[in-house]
Parts: sequence; structure tokens; C-alpha cells
Amino acid sequence: MSEAKDSGAVSETTEKVTPAMEARGLVKRYGAVTAMDGADFELLPGEILAVIGDNGAGKSTLIKTLAGVVVPDEGEMRIDGEVVSFHTPMDARRLGIETVYQDLAVAEALDIASNLYLGRELRRPGPLGSVLRLLDKPKMRGEATKYMAELKIGIRSMTQAVETLSGGQRQGVAVARSSAWARKLVIMDEPTAALGVRESGMVLELISRIRERGMPVILISHNMPHVFEIADRIHIHRLGRRVAVVTPKSHTMPEVVAIMTGAMAA
Amino acid sequence: MANTVTPAPQPAPAAAQRRTSLSGLVEQLGGVSTLGPVVALAIAVIVFTLLSARFMTPGNLSAIVEQVMVVGTLAVGQTLIILTAGIDLSNGAIMVFSSILMAKLATLQGVPVPLAILIGLIAAAAVGAVNGGLVTRLKLPPFIVTLGMLNIVLSITLLYSHGASVVKLPAGLLFFGRFFELGSTRITYGSILMLLIFAVAWYALTQTAWGKHVYATGNNAEAARRSGIRVNSLLLLVYTIAGLIYGIAGLLLLGRVTVGDPLAGATSNLDSITAVVIGGTSLFGGRGSVINTLIGALIVGVLRNGLTLVGIDALYQTLATGILVILAVALDQLARSRAR
Repeated sequence: MSEAKDSGAVSETTEKVTPAMEARGLVKRYGAVTAMDGADFELLPGEILAVIGDNGAGKSTLIKTLAGVVVPDEGEMRIDGEVVSFHTPMDARRLGIETVYQDLAVAEALDIASNLYLGRELRRPGPLGSVLRLLDKPKMRGEATKYMAELKIGIRSMTQAVETLSGGQRQGVAVARSSAWARKLVIMDEPTAALGVRESGMVLELISRIRERGMPVILISHNMPHVFEIADRIHIHRLGRRVAVVTPKSHTMPEVVAIMTGAMAA
Repeated sequence: MANTVTPAPQPAPAAAQRRTSLSGLVEQLGGVSTLGPVVALAIAVIVFTLLSARFMTPGNLSAIVEQVMVVGTLAVGQTLIILTAGIDLSNGAIMVFSSILMAKLATLQGVPVPLAILIGLIAAAAVGAVNGGLVTRLKLPPFIVTLGMLNIVLSITLLYSHGASVVKLPAGLLFFGRFFELGSTRITYGSILMLLIFAVAWYALTQTAWGKHVYATGNNAEAARRSGIRVNSLLLLVYTIAGLIYGIAGLLLLGRVTVGDPLAGATSNLDSITAVVIGGTSLFGGRGSVINTLIGALIVGVLRNGLTLVGIDALYQTLATGILVILAVALDQLARSRAR
């Protein structure tokens, strides 16, 4: 690309921010079934992007691809403009993508600090840590307390078992955990599906707070009011591809549902 | 409480703090309290002290520890496996297999004692690894795998020994049955080794990331997997380590009974599960502690010893143990439903 071309389109370059994550032409076939049929995707820095779609639209295949669970047959993914490819969820995590699952993926009997640090435990410095593998529990508790306070999750003791918490608080732990470790973005797969109204509200507030910290969030949800409450943009998936990207301001809820079900053209 | 994002008045922190300081007296270990088992042990000790003058003597107390050293050691491996939501029915058989192997190698094949012990331990660990492999690779339930292994190992032991005891063991194999005097109290080296194994297991389970991963795997394997824990490797390692511990129990068994008896330890598997359960570790995995198991083993030991001292037939001791198992689990469930 020539420099002249770039400087010639000043207004375009300022508008065209590099997406935090983008995908072009993703295809995934399972035998005769095409779950993704040239799907595009774009997540901008610092935004909450809701991904919606009817059952069978291929939305979960898209999300699984972004999380490294599904390896696409075709297509290209980029993080901050750089081409990436994942073969396992661990690859995606290594590149800074964390996922929160709807079914509260926490170890209920373990305490909050242990859950926040599960699989990434801190060890004491020096031979205590390297030879005796001694955990640095005070530090993990301290950091956990600080982070949970920052996110305003009203839990004081990091040593209480997760099972003593309410459903919303538990999901709060899962969300906190993902956002704490994510370096690029957080994927939330139906984070409020298992929760009541008040608890959902709490988790939604938490998600906005993560955006305030500058972390982009991909939110998969069936719940239109939730989507309209916190999403900056809405990615509508239909028949294996993205059919529209709208905003809660540009479209009404019935319009979005109409696009999603194919009753209205995008 | 304080579960909302908006700061709400918090009327109950004093009560909550009082509760934590109370339960802080007896530590919460791995999601289960040590309070129940400790109280049960204390009650048993008090009752037998009142009933028998010989109970509360250093000699008798060290005899109790000596009596539980074999089952106690087995129960450490059993606890590890139960914490991962598994169960091991083959541990007694592995222990006996390992003891016969060591005894026969050292006595009849002329293998030096240290080498015989090493081979016995490796063989036990290998059987454990096979258990772990079947559980993780073939995805078979631990109950079935270890039930099968119980019979296989038992049969191999009987074939290998021709069903005969191995006698006249070299002194080296009997070391852990020997004792030293502390004041006027006999303390066997085997008791020390058992306590050491408990201490190491406690450290690994509570003070290292590995231990956290064991609890997480038993509690919610899917969450553990999603956290990047390699659950299958972890399980394989747990079964292998448990096998190694059963091998050590085999060595302790030789020290205790002084012969290699292929028919020994027929109920050791259930005895080890009994110790774990009475200690309050959950059979569903992810909750419990080896400290609880040690207390559980001691409760059984105290009960048997105390009932013998007060002159109650050994047959009733087993009855008492059975009642205790059911009582322990019932109390645990009651406590849990109240906590909710």
C-alpha cells in the first residue's frame, strides 16, 4: 500500500481503527452441513459487541472458532491486525483471549482466590517456590481482594468457598477471572442465562465495568433487553454468516429480531 | 450478603466474623471441617480413658498408632484418589502384591534388600499407573477399573506365591516393624514413616498448585480443564503416586506381620475407605483432607483398641465401625444441609 494513498484518505484512516479482533471468510463444514459459510467478524477496541443469531445460525461455531475450540476450514483471523491461528483453546488463551461460559465454570468447593488463580497459581519467590513449590497464598489473596474490589464485586473474604456465594456472585468470580487474565479480549457465552433478574443486572454492570477498563468484550446472548442495555454494536448472524452490524441506536429491538430471523432484509 | 454491586448496609458482619473465628479454631481443610472428626476422636478418647486405666498410657497410645500404620498409609493413597472423585478397591491387593514381591525377591531369589524394595515399590506404582491409564484413556469408571484390578492383582499374587507365605525375611525388610524407645514408650519406625507420608501428602495437597489442581479436578473436572489443567495427566499421576504409597504400605505390612502373607489385607481396601469416610472426606470428590483421614484412621484405631481393653468381643468392634461410618456420613450431610 502506497503512502500517498494512505495520506490521501485522511478521514478514512482516522475512522479505520485496527480492530481488536477480526475474521474474514470463515468456513466450517461438518460433513454435508456448513456451519459457517464465509463468516466475517469485527471487534473494535474497547467495545462491547453483542453477537446474536437464531438457533442453528452458526453463532456458536463462530464463537468457538474465535475461542480456539473449533478450527475453521477456511478463512483468516487477526488480532490487532496480525494474522493468528488457533488449534486449541490454550492457543487462544496464550494470545490473550479469555472465555466465560454460561454454566458457571468454577470449582465450587475451592475458595475465590484459588478459583481466580486456578491453573496460574503464584509461587513464593526463591527456593521455597522453585524447589518446594510453595504457593504464595497471601499474595494471591491480596491481589484477588484488590481486583474484586476494583470490579466492585461485593465479596470481602477471598477464602470463602465459591459455593457459599449466590449465582450472580459466582458468575462474577468467573467474569473477574477471565477479565483479569485476558490481555486482548473477553468472550462471554450467555453469561446471564442461568441467572435471575437482579443477578443478571449485577453481571451486566460488571461487564460494563470491564469495558471501562478498556477491555473489549464479545457478548453472546439470547436476551435482547440485555443486548440493548449494554452493547455498543450488535453483530447479527444468520445462515452461517454475518448479515448485519447494527447499534442499539440505529435499530429497534423488533427490527433486530426481524433481521435475525430473516423477516427483514439487513 | 453484600452481594449487590451497589453498597448496601451490612448488618451482619459481626456475626459472620464470630463464626469465622470460631471455625478458625479448627481449620477448614479442603472444604471440610476437621471439627466433627476431632470431636468424635476426643469423645472416644475420653470415654475409654474413663473406662480403662490402661488406655491413656504412652505405651497404649503408641500401640494404636502402630496398629493403624498400614491402613493409615493405604488411606493416604485412597484419599488422593477419592479427592479426584474416584475410588480404589485394589489398594489392599496392590499392597499385598508388593509385599510378596519384595519378600520373595529378597528371601528366595537372593536379591539385595534395597533392590527388592525398589522393585516392589516400582511394581506397585506401575499397577497404580495401569489403573490411572484405564480411567483416563478408556474412560472407565474407577470403581470398575479397580474392582477388576483387585481380582487381577490378587490372582497374580497367589499364582506368584503359590498361595504360600514367605517366611524368614531378612532384617532389612522388617525394619519398619522395629522400634526405638522414647522415654519408656516404644515408637516403631513404621509409625514415623506413616506420619511422614501424611505430612508430605498434606503439604502437596494444601500448599502447592498441584494440590489445588487435584481438588479442582475432583470438584469440577470441566472447570479444571477449562482452566488449562491437564486433567488426564494429573489423574494418571495421582493413581501412580497412590500405587507407590500402597507399595510403601506393603513394606510396612512386612514389618508389622514379619512374614509375606498372600492372604493378608483382604479387607484393607474397605478399611482404608472407612478411614477416609469417617474423616469426613466426600466420596464425590473435591472436598476433604488427609488430616481428616489421619483422624478417621485414629478413630477406628482407638475404637478397636478401647473396645478390646474394656473386654468387648472383636466381633462387636466391626459392628461399631459400621455404625460409625453411617453416622459420620449422616452427620456430614446434616451439617451441609444446615449450612445451605
